[in-house]
Amino acid sequence: MTAISDRRQMAYIANQAADARVNLELEAEGMTLNIGPQHPATHGTLRIVVRLDGEQVIEADPVMGYMHRGYEKLAEVRTYPQVTTLVNRIDWLGSFANEVPFILACERLMEVEAPPRAQWIRTIFHELGRIANVTLFLGDLGVQLGAITPVFLAFRDREYILNQIEAATGGRFHPNFDRIGGLKDDLPAGWIAETKVALDKIREFCNTLEDLLMGNEIFQSRTRGVGVIPADVGLAYGLTGANIRASGVDWDLRRDNPVGLPYDQVDWKVWTHPDGDSFARCWLRMQEVRESCNIVEQLLDTIPGGPIMAKVPRVIKVPEGEAYVATENPLGMMSYYVVSQGGLEPFRVKIRSASFSNMSIAPWLLKGVYMPDVITILASLYFILGDIDR
Amino acid sequence: MSALLSVELAYWQSTPIRLIFALVAVLLPAGGAVYLYLFKMMSFMQSRLGPMEAGPYGSMQLLAEVGKWMQKEDIFPRKADKIVFALAPYVVLLSTFLLVLVVPFGPDAYFVDLDVGVFFALAVSSVSVIGILMAGWASANKYSLLGGLRAAGQLIAYELPMVLAVVGVVIQAGTLSMQGIVRAQAEGEIFGFGGLGNPYIITQFVGFAIFMIAVQAELSMTPFDMPIAESELVTGYLTEYSGMRFLLFFIGEFATANIFAFFASVLFLGGWTVPPFITDIFGIEYDDAIFNVLGPIVMLTKMLLVTFLVYWARFSYPRFREDQLQRFAWKILIPISLVNIFVTGVLKVVF
Repeated sequence: MTAISDRRQMAYIANQAADARVNLELEAEGMTLNIGPQHPATHGTLRIVVRLDGEQVIEADPVMGYMHRGYEKLAEVRTYPQVTTLVNRIDWLGSFANEVPFILACERLMEVEAPPRAQWIRTIFHELGRIANVTLFLGDLGVQLGAITPVFLAFRDREYILNQIEAATGGRFHPNFDRIGGLKDDLPAGWIAETKVALDKIREFCNTLEDLLMGNEIFQSRTRGVGVIPADVGLAYGLTGANIRASGVDWDLRRDNPVGLPYDQVDWKVWTHPDGDSFARCWLRMQEVRESCNIVEQLLDTIPGGPIMAKVPRVIKVPEGEAYVATENPLGMMSYYVVSQGGLEPFRVKIRSASFSNMSIAPWLLKGVYMPDVITILASLYFILGDIDR
Repeated sequence: MSALLSVELAYWQSTPIRLIFALVAVLLPAGGAVYLYLFKMMSFMQSRLGPMEAGPYGSMQLLAEVGKWMQKEDIFPRKADKIVFALAPYVVLLSTFLLVLVVPFGPDAYFVDLDVGVFFALAVSSVSVIGILMAGWASANKYSLLGGLRAAGQLIAYELPMVLAVVGVVIQAGTLSMQGIVRAQAEGEIFGFGGLGNPYIITQFVGFAIFMIAVQAELSMTPFDMPIAESELVTGYLTEYSGMRFLLFFIGEFATANIFAFFASVLFLGGWTVPPFITDIFGIEYDDAIFNVLGPIVMLTKMLLVTFLVYWARFSYPRFREDQLQRFAWKILIPISLVNIFVTGVLKVVF
């Protein structure tokens, strides 16, 4: 009897407290709005606590870690070949690209080098991952700005690339194809010609999207001059990838730091854009997809013969030492710092993922913008939740 | 209505008949347009098939959806203002049903022929703002509140260009009655040539463009869908609604789209009439009883043409930002429509 009335009493008190909180909120300056963890625009579980004055943002505070899966710690209890399965899930849209820097770091520790054919194929898949990833970004951007059609086109045309990845590796999303010293398999017969067809589809998609979305006046008025990142601020926050290149910084690890990937054998161009606004970031990513198509096409033409696996022991033991390898991944710079004490498992793996740093500029960038621009800016910064939280 | 049935009916007899006709006039085109455009055209534009399983080519899909919505739990948020929350969808729907009353479908097929039909329509179309504000406020949700306020600001801003765009038509027709405007278009002539009549889309093209833009905004469809902007505000004032009440909002949205399209065809496309050269071929008059049957079909055809424009824009454009939208209304649309009125007035006096 008493228990029930007690519970009622407590419910009443809780109600009153909630009312008081609401009133306090109304009286205080601005309104606190929780964007996320469950929100359509965060495509994942990112939470941004935004303080609004009307629709203007007074301050924004991203709360990360809802999807933390502890890959750095898990890697310490996996053997080296097993780690690739884990790191595949970091940036889940360009999975193969996550494996590459880790494998390169291990190869550096073991002082083996993959045969040229393996290097070529690695680079091809690295770029195919980029195409698959950024294609979806271009479509998703439309959804964030209210245009629903581009994302369906993006999903349709990304499938051509995923089919090629699946044909060669057996995995649509998570290939787990890279091995220390080379690759799991060689390319299947007829794959090269099919991939060229798929690349043409992607080029066509880029042209379509340029007409449908990039050239649209509403799109331009929504993105031009919104979320401008000056080059020095971007560098200070550790922005990498297309985000910093869109601010006019000519910095691409594919060209500046070729670590066992034959980018120097290919004729290609690093795109930059002087504006640094949301439009520049979108435009730049689109150019990079086209450039990636060129890179892959040239690599397919010049792919050397020979084995795909160097001589490595059956049980992989990495000698004592430490190695740091950074590559240019779809979202920006991704690097692995691998410390080995000579066992079957790494002693420590530090993963630097691009989205985490790209996200760190959000409080600075979101200050004073309007609510719809919050979504534009977040979309144009392009984060993937797995890449933020690891 | 009684003239249509060619019998004298008492008030209590004609009222249920009117009600049934109103329900048919609202729900049937809404269902048709949702299936044709929202389900099928949108899918074809996005390289997919859309619903294919329920009925031939998925034509029964809408019935299945309605059944699903009716089964769903009617959820009230704990902090919601229950009465206002429950009433809001009905207020939105009320404006839809009031709107359809003044649309003429034939020489005798109309619900009421008000002398101030256009005025009445423009007035009751604003009632939905109240429903949306009620929904936004009563949901006790910040996203809903933001959505409701955005909707209110937007609908008020776009009411004005819509009214001003219609004023040009009213000046040219010289009447506020919907039937009168239809007749004026059918019997009008352009520089002595009466074969096409005078559909005001030709002489009032600017007015038509402004009217359609304002309709798009009134319906809060992309590129003017900030009130429900799903990537920013989840779904704005609809966020907390589920089941039957969401269905009512849904019907309200798409039925209103059709009724605005009916208005556009009455005001600019000649309403239920066909161009005079066709009637001359078949030797029929606009007052013939056959037009009570042909009229609704002609109106449906014109309505589908106009809604096609609405949905086409809806599926292709990204959305504006709130301030850009307001600037567009106040700085571009309203001055142009004022100039349009001025020019129409001058030409009316000159010719």
